[in-house]
Formats: sequence, structure tokens, C-alpha cells
Amino acid sequence: MGHRVVAYAVVVWALALALPVRALPSTAAAAPGAAQAAAQAAPANADCLICHEDASAARADGRPVVVTPGVFEKSIHGILSCVDCHTDLATNVEFPHPEKLARVDCATCHSEAVEKYREGVHAQARASGSASAAACVDCHGMHDILPSSDSQSSTYHLNIAATCSRCHGDPALTTQAGISGEVAAAFADSIHGRALSRSGLTVAPTCSDCHGAHDVFGPDDPRSRVSTAHVPTTCGTCHEGIATKFNAGIHGAVLAKGNTGAPACQTCHTAHAIQRADSTAWQLSVIGQCGTCHADRVATFRDTFHGQVTNLGFRTVAGCADCHGAHEILPASDPRSPISPGRLVETCGRCHQRANENFVKFDPHADKHDRTGSPVLYYAARTMQLLLAGVFTFFGLHTTLWFSKEIRVRRARRATGPRPAPVVPQVTGEESGEAAGAEEARDERAD
Amino acid sequence: MSAPTEVAVRWVRRFDRADRILHGFLMLSFLGLASTGMPLLFSHAPWASVVARAFGGFESAGTLHRLFAIILIAVFLTHVWRLLRRVVMDKDYGILWGPSSIVPQPRDLADMAQHFLWFIGRAPRPGFERFSYWEKFDYWAVFWGMAIIGGSGILLWFPQFFARFIPGWMFNVAFLVHGEEALLAVGFIFTIHFFNGHLRPEKFPMDMVIFTGVVSEAELAHERPGEYERLRRSGQIEPLLADAPSARAWTIGRLVGTTAIVVGLSLVLLIVYALVM
Repeated sequence: MGHRVVAYAVVVWALALALPVRALPSTAAAAPGAAQAAAQAAPANADCLICHEDASAARADGRPVVVTPGVFEKSIHGILSCVDCHTDLATNVEFPHPEKLARVDCATCHSEAVEKYREGVHAQARASGSASAAACVDCHGMHDILPSSDSQSSTYHLNIAATCSRCHGDPALTTQAGISGEVAAAFADSIHGRALSRSGLTVAPTCSDCHGAHDVFGPDDPRSRVSTAHVPTTCGTCHEGIATKFNAGIHGAVLAKGNTGAPACQTCHTAHAIQRADSTAWQLSVIGQCGTCHADRVATFRDTFHGQVTNLGFRTVAGCADCHGAHEILPASDPRSPISPGRLVETCGRCHQRANENFVKFDPHADKHDRTGSPVLYYAARTMQLLLAGVFTFFGLHTTLWFSKEIRVRRARRATGPRPAPVVPQVTGEESGEAAGAEEARDERAD
Repeated sequence: MSAPTEVAVRWVRRFDRADRILHGFLMLSFLGLASTGMPLLFSHAPWASVVARAFGGFESAGTLHRLFAIILIAVFLTHVWRLLRRVVMDKDYGILWGPSSIVPQPRDLADMAQHFLWFIGRAPRPGFERFSYWEKFDYWAVFWGMAIIGGSGILLWFPQFFARFIPGWMFNVAFLVHGEEALLAVGFIFTIHFFNGHLRPEKFPMDMVIFTGVVSEAELAHERPGEYERLRRSGQIEPLLADAPSARAWTIGRLVGTTAIVVGLSLVLLIVYALVM
């Protein structure tokens, strides 16, 4: 009889506080007396199904209102009464009931999740008038909700990306909402997306692992797990060793000081299109990523053999990370840095065996425009520039004048006399070797 | 106004077999060096990686580049050795100074000035000698280029070795100069030299003398009246008379020359595209 007592107490408490908290339905179902005490005419599920089981059940506008009993009963809410959620039908309603019912409030039971959801970007979008922003049912389903541990559930780890992609991969919807329409496809093709979809790795992160499930915020929101300041921690949930290195490096240190202009993980790796870090294509493209901030350094790098070969698409020469490190980048002034003067012989020597102190005086970022920084290179570049300009200007003029002169000579000759027979071996006349014939002086007067 | 087809055409030797073979290897190695090197210099151009991959990737292109470099250095050394032999053994000091020398002389300046006047119709065509001023420029540009490009290239080929003697920033300079001088050489040979030697209306499509080694007497008299008169007066024409070039030599020359011009002009187009895009 403990059930009865508990149920009674709960109902009384709920009514007394006038809160929309109902007795736990399972308890209520097991205690018909108490339920009746609370709601005289509460219809049983079977009553609802009289109409809603019918496959043709629909609203006036044609939208179906079918609840398939098998599906509902198998759902995690299958033990509940219809009226536990559709509370406005619990009492004193004549059937058939009006089409317009009160919105089901999931917070009745799931207050914590709904509380988080309300702060998040989806609820905010709905509040500001977007009907398409996700509500509970858009991700979890309605009468068919399965626990996230069930592999058929839309919130099962391996299914979440597909669930989110229903909206975030829909071009019409993303355009209308003014959000990126590329994330779904980019993620599907990323190392994380492939780990989920191809390898079935439940340890691989899906959308909610980085963005959160209910409290999803935009990346510019400082509360967001994917805001620049929080990304290292978020990624570090799995990539702890890398995050530790990153935080020890100059980028991590600057970021930790609150400078969100500093790069975080996604700045180089991208947010959704993350590729294997050992792929040639990615290692070459990341040079361009460094260049988004260090444009001058990449420009001078491109003037060197390293920069040119990598630009051609080959990876057997040094890119940025080969000398500077990747996550634990430190300035040259730090003795731990691989590009600190004391470590250059070792660093260059990783590729250039027998590199010595002289060898490492090579400047991999020499700037030919910097007169004070690299004077010899600067003057060499200027000299070559002048030499090229001088030679091509002089001979450009020379060639142009010569060409027009010869054209005029040829025209005059055609106008005044027979064309001299070409002189070729075997006197075939087919070749156009332009011999001069006997008219040695023809061009002097040809003008 | 004689009709040249009716008189026996006499052919005068201008380049001996060794010179022509050396020029052949020069062409081969230069085209090879340019084709394998330009993708690196214009690595940002979309065609660059296509060309580099056509040579089997940058490592294989680099190997070919060094191979062509060895050929060109061999050509250069052979040529210098032949010159030394002529001076030391044959005591042929005429190649050092004088009308038949390729060493620039005061008259080249006068020839050049007169040539410009001829361009604008203010003077008769200069009576060029064995080597005209622009041919001398071509020749010494290659000499200069061999020193600059060859020297810097060898530095860059063996950096660890040379780093025993020179500071590393010299490689920065060597790399810059190697590329810029190569651009100058490629641009010059494939436009100015091609035009002067082959593509101008009087020579179009090409001057065959570098392939056949001989020039018709009439052409010599027209092209290089100074040399022709000097040879005629001293009775040196007859010793230089040669057989007419064979049809085979003619065909091979046309084929090789056309190939070189097509490859060279294609490279120029690619370079221009990379520079203006």
C-alpha cells in the first residue's frame, strides 16, 4: 500500500503548489483510485486509441494524428498515459476533443534538460520567431522516443550526426535561418564523421560532444563549448596530450590570456572538416592556415626552396610545423623552441645531415625587400631586377624596331620586284629559307 | 638581278661539326633546365605542379635538372677547352681580337648605332662581320649565365659541403640569383634570341646554319658583308666552300629547331601567364 500513500501525497502536494507537476504516471497507473481522485474523467490510453489508432485519423487540415500503439508502447514513454503529457485532456473534456491542445511540456519531468535547452541557441531562435529551430521533438521524436542507449534512437551516439543534419544539412532551412549549410557535409567527410559512420566508433565525437546536447550555443557566445577560448578544453576532452602541449605553446598561452585572436584547434584543423593530420594534402594546406595570421612569414617562405616545393604539392621538404613544431610552438627566444639559436643545428639537421653552424645561418624567411634585415639579398634582388628590366627594355625596343623594319622591307620588295627565289638544297623551292638573292642593296632603299 | 636558281649556289662553312653538336647539347640541356626549373620559380601558377608532375614529381624533376646541368657544364667546358686549344696550340689569336673575334670591339657600338638608324630608315644596313653585336651579346650572356647560374646552382646542389666555407645566408642569395638569372636567360633566349636568329621575317621560320653548318654565299654576302668582303679579298672563300647541306640534315634541323621553338615559346607563354595572372 506504499504506492497509494506516495501517490496520494504527491498529488496533494502538486495541487497545493499549483505547479504543473504530476504524479509519476507509472505510479498513478498503478493506483487507479488516486488517479481518479485527481481527475475524475481521465481517459485511458485505450480510449484515446479508439480514434488515434485509426490510420486515417487526421486534423481538419489533413495532418495525421495517428499514434501507432506498438511504436508508442515500445518507446521509453510507453508506460505513461497519454494524458500524462497531454495534461489538458486529463479532466472534464468531451470527446472528440478540440484540435487545439496545450503544448506538451517536457519540463514536467525533464526540467533540467529543458532548462539547459531554454538558454541555448535553438530555444532563443524559437523565441525570436523561428518556427524551424529545433524543439525537443525535432531531435527526440514524439510518440516514438527511444532512450539514447538504444541503437534505433535518433539520439543514439552513432545517429546524432544524421539527426542534426536533418536541419543543418538542409540547404533551404539553413539558408532561411542564415546559418552555415556546409557543416553537415563537411563533418560527414571529416576524420570524426568517418570514424562514426564508417568505423562505427562510439568513442569518436559527434555533434553533441563538442556543441553540447541541450545547451547548444553559437561559436561567438562565450558560454559555448566551441567558442575559441573553450575549444582547447573541448577538444582536450579526448585529445588531452595535444591540449597539454598546445596550452604550453605560445598560441595556447596567448589564448589563455584572453586574446581570442589567437588560434585555437579549429583555426588550423577547421571545425567540421577535420582531416587526418598525417595526410599530405592537409599538411600542405595548413601552411596557408598559418598564413592567415603570419602572411609575411609565409610570403618569405614561398621565396625559398621549401616554400616553392610545398607550393607545387610535394611534402618532402619542410613546412611550417617541421621547424616550428605544431602544437607546442614557441618563439625563437625561448631556448626550448626548435628554432632557438641553440637548437637550429639539431632542427635543420633532422633533414640536412651534417648541417653545421654555417649552414643554419641560412634564413628560411629571408625578405628580399628588407634592406636592413638582409642587405646582401636586398641588393642582389635589386641588381637582378635592374638587369632584367634593362635587358628586356633594350632588346624589346631593338626587336620591335627591327621587326617593323623588316616588315617594311618585305612589303617594299613585294611592291617593286619579283621575290627572290629561296635558296635551299636540291633547289626544290619548297623550303622558305629566305636567301638574299643578289639584291644586296635592296633594303637600303626599301623604305 | 640574277635568278639564283639558274646559277650554281655556293655554300660557305660557318660552323664546324663540333660547334653544331655542342649547340645541339646546349639546346637540349637549356630546354631541359628551363622546363624542370620554371615550375619551381612559378610554383604558385596552376600549370607549375602539372609540369612538375609530368617530370615525375619534384624529386625526379630535380634529378633531371642536375643531369641537364651536367650536360651544360660539359658543353661549356668542352667549348672553353676548344677555344684554349685554338689559342695555345694553333696560335689563332684572331678569335681574341679582330674582325672574326666574338670579343666585343669598338666597331660593335658603331654597328649597333647604325643598326638602330637603319631600323628607322636613316642609314644603310651595317656591314656586319663574322659576329654581329647582338650575337656577341647572346654569346657572352651565356658565358655570364654559366658563371652565375652554374656557380649558384652548384652551391645549392651541395649546401652542406659549401657551408664549411661560406655562411648560410649566401644560399639565400644564391637561390635568388639562380632563379632571377634563369628567368633572364629563359626570357632572353626564348624571345630575343629566337627572334634575332630565327623568327624575324628575313629568317622565318628559322636560320638553318646552326644545324647544317653552311650558309649560301649570297646569304653570307647579304647578312655579313664585312666578313664576306674580307674573305673574298683575301681569297679565303674557296677554302671554306662546302657541299650543299643534305636533305636529311635539313629535315633534322627543321625538326629539332621547330621543337625547340615550340617548347621555348610555350614556356614563355606559361611564364607570362604566371606573371600577369
